Amino acid sequence: MKDVREALMVGRNTQGKLVRRPVSPFMIGSAYKPQMSSVSSILHRITGVALGLGTLLLTLWLVCAAAGDGAFSVIQAVLASWIGLIILIGFTAALFYHFCNGIRHLAWDAGKGFDLPAMHQSGRVVFAATVGLTVIFWAVGLYIW
Amino acid sequence: MAEFSLPKNSKVGVGKTYKAPAGAKRVKEFKVYRWNPDDGKNPTTDTYEIDLDACGPMVLDAIIKIKNEIDSSLTFRRSCREGICGSCAMNIDGTNTLACLKPIDDVKGAVAINPLPHMPVVKDLVPDLTQAYAQYRSIEPWLQSETAAPPDGERLQSKEERAALDGLWECIMCFCCTTSCPSYWWNGDRYLGPAVLMAAYRWIADSRDEHTGQRLDALEDPFKLYRCHTIMNCTQTCPKGLNPAKAIGKVKQLMLERQG
Repeated sequence: MKDVREALMVGRNTQGKLVRRPVSPFMIGSAYKPQMSSVSSILHRITGVALGLGTLLLTLWLVCAAAGDGAFSVIQAVLASWIGLIILIGFTAALFYHFCNGIRHLAWDAGKGFDLPAMHQSGRVVFAATVGLTVIFWAVGLYIW
Repeated sequence: MAEFSLPKNSKVGVGKTYKAPAGAKRVKEFKVYRWNPDDGKNPTTDTYEIDLDACGPMVLDAIIKIKNEIDSSLTFRRSCREGICGSCAMNIDGTNTLACLKPIDDVKGAVAINPLPHMPVVKDLVPDLTQAYAQYRSIEPWLQSETAAPPDGERLQSKEERAALDGLWECIMCFCCTTSCPSYWWNGDRYLGPAVLMAAYRWIADSRDEHTGQRLDALEDPFKLYRCHTIMNCTQTCPKGLNPAKAIGKVKQLMLERQG
């Protein structure tokens, strides 16, 4: 569907000739200051996409496990390499962020936490919890490993 | 359509620099977005050096001074200079606010001034708000009632019923919130945006209005209402300290409640 705002992108100059109007600068970062509001929201999207890709990786791991010894030892070696570990740490960090921020969204859906101080506070708690949970998860995981 | 960068004709170039008068002690740079429909060029950022010792305290004072004393071609909207008309809404130092309520001293370094984000530019700092006004019209922002008003007076409200409108009626329709919303940047053709949705809730919350059902019906739409993802840029930026995100949350809750 064509964007109806397209009609407003055309204006007239002083002589009455049609001219193409510019769009005013936007975008978080280049024109709009990143704030707790937008940053925590955009991270929710990014981690959501990362979780989708991570789940594919998990599926790949399961498929390799089902395929037999050879395939399984390959995927185990790949995931145990330092690149594999970075990907797995990122996957779990994304999971914890999306989970914690998801609870924040549930609170909003229940009508709670809309005031600015509460919104900033809950955002900071989500960031701290993400770091904390990821560190604990990997400390325990690596200890067992 | 979700676009993440400006189209070719909207990229902002470097413009002219106007130096402060000799002997100025407290000089502040103002980097102002300029676009003239008559010269066929891309927008630019002009730099004006202002002597703060000869200027009022607010950003609006500075741009009025620029227009009066340095460059009379600078175009912007302003009227009341006290935060009640909503005309001088613009993007200052990376957030939307009213130039008349924004103290110059609140900004560290140069003061960047741009039109409200992701809007068609009429000239310089003047955005075309036609779309936003049309959307405001679409929610029918007036009292709708089947019951006739009492013949001997007004439709009365209890103190509690009246208090339910506080934080809603104060909106001055400056569209700082709407144009701070990334969802509105990308879906503003169909998403109503925070200002208009809060205005819709203002009538839904009004005890005298009897068209709550019809109003909710009109908002029951994947785009009009549900493109709000609770980003909260709206509440963060409102120069009147109102909470559009909360009002939209209330509408969403009412939608759920009436489904039973």
